[in-house]
Amino acid sequence: MTVTVERGGRGSRSGRGSRGGDAVEAHHRAKGPHRPRDSYALFLLPGALAFFVIIVVPFLMNTGVSFTEWQGVGTPKWTGLANYRELMDDSEFWASFRHSLFMVVAMAAVPTVVGLVLAAALFDFVGKHFGSRTVAVLRACFYLPQVLPIAVAGIVWSWILAPENGSLNELLKAVGLGGLQQDWLGDPDLALYTVMGVMVWVQIGFPLVVFMAGLQRVDPQLYEAAELDGAGWWRRFWHITLPQIRPEIHVVLLWCTIAALKVFGAVYVLTKGGPGGATNVPSYFSFTTFFEKTQVGYGAAISTVLTVIILVLALVGLKLQTRAEDAEEGLRV
Amino acid sequence: MTAARRYPVLVALFIGALFMVLPFLIVAVNAVKSPAEYSANGPLSLPEGVYLDGLKDFWQRVDFGQKLVNSVLISGSVALGAVVLSVLNAYAIGIGRIKGRTWVLAFFVLANMLPQEALVYPVYYLSKEAGLYDTRLSVIIVFVVIQAAFGTYLLASVLGQFPREIIEAARIDGANKWQVLWRIVVPVSRPTIGVLLVFFFIWTWNEFLLPLVMLISNDNQTVSVALGVLQGQRLMDATMTNAAALLGVLPALVFFLVFQRTLTRGIAVGAVK
Repeated sequence: MTVTVERGGRGSRSGRGSRGGDAVEAHHRAKGPHRPRDSYALFLLPGALAFFVIIVVPFLMNTGVSFTEWQGVGTPKWTGLANYRELMDDSEFWASFRHSLFMVVAMAAVPTVVGLVLAAALFDFVGKHFGSRTVAVLRACFYLPQVLPIAVAGIVWSWILAPENGSLNELLKAVGLGGLQQDWLGDPDLALYTVMGVMVWVQIGFPLVVFMAGLQRVDPQLYEAAELDGAGWWRRFWHITLPQIRPEIHVVLLWCTIAALKVFGAVYVLTKGGPGGATNVPSYFSFTTFFEKTQVGYGAAISTVLTVIILVLALVGLKLQTRAEDAEEGLRV
Repeated sequence: MTAARRYPVLVALFIGALFMVLPFLIVAVNAVKSPAEYSANGPLSLPEGVYLDGLKDFWQRVDFGQKLVNSVLISGSVALGAVVLSVLNAYAIGIGRIKGRTWVLAFFVLANMLPQEALVYPVYYLSKEAGLYDTRLSVIIVFVVIQAAFGTYLLASVLGQFPREIIEAARIDGANKWQVLWRIVVPVSRPTIGVLLVFFFIWTWNEFLLPLVMLISNDNQTVSVALGVLQGQRLMDATMTNAAALLGVLPALVFFLVFQRTLTRGIAVGAVK
C-alpha cells in the first residue's frame, strides 16, 4: 500500500555495501551465533495475549453461540444450522441487508464520486487561482462532520428534519416551497433516503481529504503538458487525476463500504430502525435481537453473517490492492 | 481560465461548504434562544439575546461534567494504552521482522475490520462474569485492543522503512532491544505516534455501540452515549435538544481546531496505508 511518510528506505539500503556496513556485519559475526529475529517475538507477546482474550475468544464464542438457542442465561441448546435456516426465511433479515446496499451507495459510492470531483476542483482549480488558504478553509468545512460523534450528528439532524417546526420544513416554507414539506424520518417511504442523505453529509469529508493528499504526489508537469495540448478540465480529470490516485480510490471505497455495512449509531439515534423496519440494518437488527429480544443465538447468527461478508470483502479488497501495487512496482523497477 | 468562469465554480464550492456547516450554525443559534422565543419565531430566526438557561438546565440534568470526565478518561487511557501496545507489536513486526509477520499483520488488519457486533455479546457476557460490567475499565480494555489493531498495522509499515543503520549503530554501542525501542525508535517515530494518539482519542470519543452496551449507569456513561440515549428516548423538547447538540458538538469542534493539521495529515498517512 502507499506509504505517504517521507524518508524512504531505498536510500538507506544503498548505503549497506559501504565500509561501515561491512564493519557491522563483521561485528555481528564476531559475536557468534546470533538470532536477532526470534528474540523480538517477546515484544509481540502482550499484544498477542490481549488480542486472544479480547478479540479471538469473543469472536469464536459468538460464532459458537450462533449454532445454539440461548437466552443469555442457562445452558445454550445446540441446534446446528437452525438459526441460519431461519434467517434465510426471515424477511426482516433480507430487508436489513437490502438497506445495507443503500448505505453502501450513500456512504461509499456517492462520497467517493463527489469527493473526487471536489478534491480535484479544490486542488487544481481553487488552489491555483485562489491560494492555499481558501483551499484549507473549504476543506475544513467539508471535513468537519467527520470529527463529530455520530450520536451528536444524529441529534442535530433529527431536530433539523423534525416534521413540526423542523428547520428544513421551515426553510421550505420560507422560500415558498411549503408543498414539499415532509415527515422526513417518520415516513416509511422516505426515511431510508433521508438517512442516506445524512450519511452522505457525514461521510463526504473523508474521501475528500484522502484524495487531496493523494493529489499532492501527482507530478504537476502532467497537468501542464495536458493543458498545453489543449485538454480541458474534464479530460485532465479523467485521464490524469483518476488514474494517478487509483490506490487512494481503492482504499476509500473498501474502507467506506465496510463502514457502511457496520453502520449502527446513526440508525439508532435517527430512526431506531423504523418506521416499521424501513431503515433497519444488520448491525441494528443484531443489536435488538441480542438485547431487546434476548435471542442471543439468533443475534449471533446475524452478526456472523455480517462478519463473513465484511471479511470476504476485506480480503478481496486487500488482495486486489496488493496485486495492483505489485503490478505498479514491477513497472517502476 | 477567465474570471467570468472562475468565480461561479468558487461560489458553488462555497455554497457546498456552507451546506456542510449550516447544521452547526443552526444548532448554535437555537441553543441560545429561550423556549418562548423559539416557539414564537421558529428555528430560523436570529436570536434576540443570549439565553443560557437551556444549556445550564441540560448540563445539570444529564450531569454533563461527569460525562465529559468519563469521555476524557476513557479516550485518553485508550489512546495511551493503544499506542503502547501498537508500538510493541510494530517493533516486533516492522523492525524485528519476526517469522510469519505477514500473517500476523494480516491478522491485525482483519481484527480491526471485524464488526463489533460479532464481539459485543460475548464481551458483555464475559465482562459480567469478570465483574467488569458497567465499568469504564472494561471499555478501556476493549478499545485499547481494537485501536491497537489499526495502530499496529500503520506503525509496522512505517517502522518497516526505519533506517537499519541507526539501530545497528545503537546495538554496537551496547544498547539492548528495549533501550533501542524507547530511546531511538519511539523518538524518531514521534510524528506518526502523535497522529495515532489524536486518532485513537477521537475515535474512542465517538464510539457508540460498545459503550452503549457496557456503560449503563449514569455515572459511567460517555458524552456520545448519554446524548444518543437521550435522543433515542425522544424525551427532549426543542431547546433541550439544541443544548444537547451544542454541548455535543463543542468538544468535537475544539479537537478539530486544535488538531486540524494532525487530522488531515494523519488521514494522508493513515487511511492510505
